[in-house]
Amino acid sequence: MMEMHLPVLQVIVPLLSAAICFLLGRGKLPWMFATLVSWVTFAISILIAIQVSDGSTLQYELGGWEPPWGISYNVDQLNALVLVIVSGIAAVVFPYALRSVEREIAPEQHGLFYTAMLLCFAGLLGITITGDAFNVFVLLEISSLSTYTLISLGKDRRALTSSFQYLIMGTIGATFILIGIGLIYALTGTLNMADLAERIPQIESSRTLQAAFAFIVVGFGLKLAMFPLHLWLPNAYAFAPSVVSAFLAATATKVAVYALLRFLFDVYDVNFTYEAMQVQYLLIPLATVAILFASIVAIFQNDVKRMLAYSSVAQIGYMLLGIGLVNATGITATLLHLFNHALMKGALFLALGAVCYRIGRTSIQQMAGLGQQMPWTMAAFVVGGLSIIGVPLTAGFVSKWYLILGTLENGWWPLTAAILIASLLAVIYIWRVVEVAYFRERPEGAPDVKEAPLSLLLPTWVLAAANIYFGVQTDFTVSFAKGAAASLLGGAP
Amino acid sequence: MLGLTAMTIIRLRSLFAVVMLFSIYSLLTASLFMVLDAVDVAFTEAAVGAGISTMLMLGTLMITGYREKRPAHSPILPLIVVVLTGAVLVWGTLDMPHFGSPDQPVHQHVAPRYIDDSPKEVGIPNMVTSVLASYRGYDTMGETIVVFAALIGVLSLIGIKKYTNKEPGRTEKPPESILQVAAKLLIPFILLFALYVQFHGDFGPGGGFQAGVIFAAGIILYALTFSLKDAMHLAPPKVVKVIAAFGVLLYGGTGIVSMLKGGTFLNYSVLAHDPIHGQHYGILLVELGVGLTVASVMMLIFYAFVSRGEAD
Repeated sequence: MMEMHLPVLQVIVPLLSAAICFLLGRGKLPWMFATLVSWVTFAISILIAIQVSDGSTLQYELGGWEPPWGISYNVDQLNALVLVIVSGIAAVVFPYALRSVEREIAPEQHGLFYTAMLLCFAGLLGITITGDAFNVFVLLEISSLSTYTLISLGKDRRALTSSFQYLIMGTIGATFILIGIGLIYALTGTLNMADLAERIPQIESSRTLQAAFAFIVVGFGLKLAMFPLHLWLPNAYAFAPSVVSAFLAATATKVAVYALLRFLFDVYDVNFTYEAMQVQYLLIPLATVAILFASIVAIFQNDVKRMLAYSSVAQIGYMLLGIGLVNATGITATLLHLFNHALMKGALFLALGAVCYRIGRTSIQQMAGLGQQMPWTMAAFVVGGLSIIGVPLTAGFVSKWYLILGTLENGWWPLTAAILIASLLAVIYIWRVVEVAYFRERPEGAPDVKEAPLSLLLPTWVLAAANIYFGVQTDFTVSFAKGAAASLLGGAP
Repeated sequence: MLGLTAMTIIRLRSLFAVVMLFSIYSLLTASLFMVLDAVDVAFTEAAVGAGISTMLMLGTLMITGYREKRPAHSPILPLIVVVLTGAVLVWGTLDMPHFGSPDQPVHQHVAPRYIDDSPKEVGIPNMVTSVLASYRGYDTMGETIVVFAALIGVLSLIGIKKYTNKEPGRTEKPPESILQVAAKLLIPFILLFALYVQFHGDFGPGGGFQAGVIFAAGIILYALTFSLKDAMHLAPPKVVKVIAAFGVLLYGGTGIVSMLKGGTFLNYSVLAHDPIHGQHYGILLVELGVGLTVASVMMLIFYAFVSRGEAD
């Protein structure tokens, strides 16, 4: 009986737990509760992934009303993969949060912090799992509002302005998405994605439909920090508490990429997206500029957190490039990178959070000589960095490999060159940190630093190890990504 | 008139006037919805847009002051972006299905079932409530949690200042002013009206959102005419916080009970022997959940703004 309810439990367990967490007050209780919830949710996502691994889909009718009258949850390989990565990252980040949050956030706000984390987590899962276009918007609002809260809790006062900046940009994005969904509804009279997919081909020449498409692409573009709509992201990631940076960098933009994919290929269809709207001519130039420009900007950053944030903008460029390639290999690469980038950025930001725990800041000069004093933390950083660069035997290599295959399939070798150049740029910005940490002495008079506590190291290393594991053992990710890419390009699931 | 109000809002620099005009704007929108026969939406717009959000914005002005600073950057780029977006919107909607025509897809596909079958399937006369609370009840739960998330945001940013004064309760205000007497007369009716809107939502326009806002407005009126301390004595923030979370849990709990009874999440039909009765109970419970959460969140946000304003 429980198996039948898995799709809805995936979302309501963290969602309703947030309200309970709010009542738990101060102390360690909210943390313990939230961590437990994140593990249960991760277990549910794995059970769901096992059920859909043979290519089948699950449908769950909320309220007992069959779609399109009611809201339904639909799970296929595509969103099962995203569910696993989002809840997996949460299951790693929540245990890590205890020590890091104690250091960075005032004690009376801990209960509120974990409540907001759970809301954000549940919202992201809800966007991923739903089969209803308007439900996407509702859950997007839950995750966005709690994200603004989480960013504003950063200890630097500039966290407030960067949160406000993101609030304005994010709200514009959400409004655009809502306008798009509203226009589609006016044209079709339905909000269910599968039902929309059936009805849209009949009205493909409608200009309203094209305007709706534009609004949805720009709306999600804002949410996923598509170049040049990325301006909110570096500040948001740089000033948010370490735990929040790690969680958001690894999950939020990924879910937005997923939602964009869902709208491009399942609500609208492949022909409309590539032939009528020619979306590849928008994505390829923007993605290429994002990859090169953001990587170059990353090299010149003084704050390592901000450097990683610019690197995220570049990595999102890779994902969009995969969509722009118009072939199954490209989409597979997008999905693989979505999964793998969550692992690498998660590991990097967690390692950086451990540094911040010990030395209180993350500017590159302050990290001089840390290689000797925090060997495990910095080693995890190096593993994550290798994965960003795309060194073989790390997860980053797998997704870049597919991306390069995709460009070669089309014979678009300038893009291949761009990817390789960007990888070299990544070598430079990661090397800057490594050089400072391993080959410089601690500055005179700097206090001695100990290795980070185990409760921070363990989660960091779980993700670092995952980077290596998924770089060697690619069965799970590649088979899911390939299956999902095939079903995306083959029309409605 | 809407356009005119909006233009004035943009030009004006006095924030107090802007807030008042916002309120007028909402009231105009509400009348527009009324003309379109969307009574429930009009009601919500009037209660939320013209009522409570004006109060909250005034509360914010107490903290920030009444004058707007000159913007530091030129408005050219934003203007271009806005004009472009507007142009796309106009261009895109030119070939939209004609307004009010019965062959619009909206009236052809999903809606007919709501109109034809909801009295039989859900069993209540107000179709808007049927769609909100039952057919798309999960979205409404989401919206309730959006309100809850807003509370989390306000509490973590501003927080509610505690009063450490020993003497709780009434402030020493000599003979009651006209305002206080008038408020005393009005408040019982406001609260009663809120309860009516809450429980009559199945039959007429209304429901948890509007009722919650109106209820909160009653308490806020008390806080404004007497003092914040009096209101906090009447409805202590600690208790109101628990109620806010309880509303969400009541909504979700109704869903979980229907799961335990063998249905899917939020399938009220399994709550009683007769599906129609089940739907009745379910809608009553979830609307109550919405009402509790909305009312307490509005009160808490008001407390937070005003207590911050008084402290500064």
